[in-house]
Amino acid sequence: MSGNHTAAAQAAKRQRGSIGDRWRRLPRWQRVLGALAGIVFLYYLPFLGIPGLVYLRTDLADQGSAWSAVLFNCAVYVIIALGLNVVVGLAGLLDLGYVGFFALGAYSVALFGSTNSPVVKALQVKLGLPQDWAVAWALCIPIAIVLAMISGVILGWPTLRLRGDYLAIVTLGFGEIIRICARNLDGVTSGAQGISEVPGPSGPPAAGNLFGIIDTKPWYWLALTVVLFVVFLVRRLENSRPGRAWLAIREDEDAAAVMGVYPFKFKLWAFAIGAALGGVAGFLYGSKAGFVEPSQFDVNLSILFVAMVVVGGSGNMAGVALGAVLLTYLPERFREFSDYRVLVFGMAMVAVMVLRPQGLIPSKRRARELHDRAEEAKVNVA
Amino acid sequence: MNWDELIGGIGQHTVEGLSKGAIFALVALGYTLVYGVLKLINFAHSEVFMIGTVAVIGAWHFMGVTETPSIGMAIVFLLVGAVVAAGASGGVAVLVERVAYRRLRRMNAPPLIFLITAIGVSLTLMEFMALWGAAWMTGKSTDIPLRMNIQDFPRMLEDTTIFTIGGVVFKTHTLLLIGAALLMMFILDVFINKTRYGRGVRAVAQNADTAALMGVNQDRVIMLIFLLGGIMAGVAALLWNVRYGYTKFDVGFVLGLKAFTAAVLGGIGNLRGALLGGLLLGVVEVYASVLFQSRWEDVAAFVVLVVVLMFRPTGLLGESLGRARA
Repeated sequence: MSGNHTAAAQAAKRQRGSIGDRWRRLPRWQRVLGALAGIVFLYYLPFLGIPGLVYLRTDLADQGSAWSAVLFNCAVYVIIALGLNVVVGLAGLLDLGYVGFFALGAYSVALFGSTNSPVVKALQVKLGLPQDWAVAWALCIPIAIVLAMISGVILGWPTLRLRGDYLAIVTLGFGEIIRICARNLDGVTSGAQGISEVPGPSGPPAAGNLFGIIDTKPWYWLALTVVLFVVFLVRRLENSRPGRAWLAIREDEDAAAVMGVYPFKFKLWAFAIGAALGGVAGFLYGSKAGFVEPSQFDVNLSILFVAMVVVGGSGNMAGVALGAVLLTYLPERFREFSDYRVLVFGMAMVAVMVLRPQGLIPSKRRARELHDRAEEAKVNVA
Repeated sequence: MNWDELIGGIGQHTVEGLSKGAIFALVALGYTLVYGVLKLINFAHSEVFMIGTVAVIGAWHFMGVTETPSIGMAIVFLLVGAVVAAGASGGVAVLVERVAYRRLRRMNAPPLIFLITAIGVSLTLMEFMALWGAAWMTGKSTDIPLRMNIQDFPRMLEDTTIFTIGGVVFKTHTLLLIGAALLMMFILDVFINKTRYGRGVRAVAQNADTAALMGVNQDRVIMLIFLLGGIMAGVAALLWNVRYGYTKFDVGFVLGLKAFTAAVLGGIGNLRGALLGGLLLGVVEVYASVLFQSRWEDVAAFVVLVVVLMFRPTGLLGESLGRARA
């Protein structure tokens, strides 16, 4: 009886549809227009002055953080969440060392782009270049991506054959190793001192730069542009052959292998692509900060990244972006409670996982998977 | 690379490593027990250990111990500390199972969900300790978060030389650590292999459904393994305080990682493997810190983990709690 009742309720719900369904049912021109309006609004955000929405700003209180700096952080973390989502949400591999790729990205712009870095100094001596020479900012982008991808493959090659839960621990160790190396290899990374003079698009940090320290709006717009590009990229990826292969592997690796999907290859791809996006995010973060040091890349960050993906709804881009924005924005907005921030994170993670394991905005397929597993469990108990 | 130093003092370094590894081994037992039965990495176990370390100090604080006591009283205090720590750690471990895992078990959730829940629990426990718990237990002001080392408590035993064999010095702490770890391991081994409850644990580890049909209460067995793991972590916590003389809200994190490495090294799910893995990892770490520098010892532990997983993913002794007797 109760079964009939819930089935009827579900049917009614299906007819009304969720917000996502109603969105998809709109005519194409309306969707394009809506998306464009949304994008314009995102670019307008640093000036936010609409009555009512003003209270979203973080710089209203006396010691609030600069609003566009917070927006920049949100954008960087959205890139991270999107990248980690490829690994955790799509391919179903728990990577607890994602901060390692983030650090690699930040360090590659610092090591190759800053005149203060030991690497640049060594190159100057070896190649007979002038004192103020350093690799151009734009050239550091491919360096960051390639380094992160290579490290992703190096990490993935031995570990991706392992069971999922071993993978989590090994990647956690990897994140630590990157940080310890950054701290201990004084000759390469100048150790705990860190590297200053990390360049931005308009050269090393200096007064009067377009991408300066005081006015961070250009940084936000840059990061937002990257976010939009990444969203486009990952969307294409999701519906491509590797994207479908990831879903198949996540749901049942053996079945996927039988169908001719070679799991190891696609897992490695997921790792490399996720790593590259982590590198890009680190690159942006490092060049905006203008200063890079090992303590910025604590293991706790890795856990925060996973929390963003999972709380938002792993597998769904809108979900993970929401998770990233919430977990970056809320602590800034409610600074006065910052002592309790991590405690609230922890409890929220437990609460979301226990009560709503699919996340706030779940991916449909993922929610169905969890539902199926729960049904199987019921059959076993009965 | 400091080979001369390593080879010259190999005996002493090995003993150092064993005493360091004793703590790893005891914490590793908690991971191994839970993994053996539930196929789940109890990520929150490191915090179970951490709570033990604070509880010991709390017990001594409430008993009014302020300076290093005489040897007789020290033994009493150590025993009380062990009981309190085991109680606190065991209690928290059972609580974690009850609050965080039980519902997920009913839902047959994928391992990823368990792991993330465990991370959440771990963060919650750490922050709770930093914000209120540690300060309350050690009698400090609870107004500000206590994120520093807590080290102003009396050392129960002076670390004096007991005897020397062939130039290798055996000190009080070393002997206490290795002895206590072996004793606890022995008790646990007997409990799992010889008693009725232990048989239940082995049965559930082998095949949970069949065990349930044979009348083993699964939930009770699972509570029992969390309790046992917690007790072992509590004893490890006492030993940690004796050896290192400090604790901190995040003291469990790195230790937990290493203990897990130890469990994998010996073969996760295998009790004797956890002991072997723990002692071995302790020795490897001490060797590495002599060969390179002590700031690289954490890297050594992780490299060992990766190498073991690559070449012998089932660990040195193979993984199975169900076949613990074999």
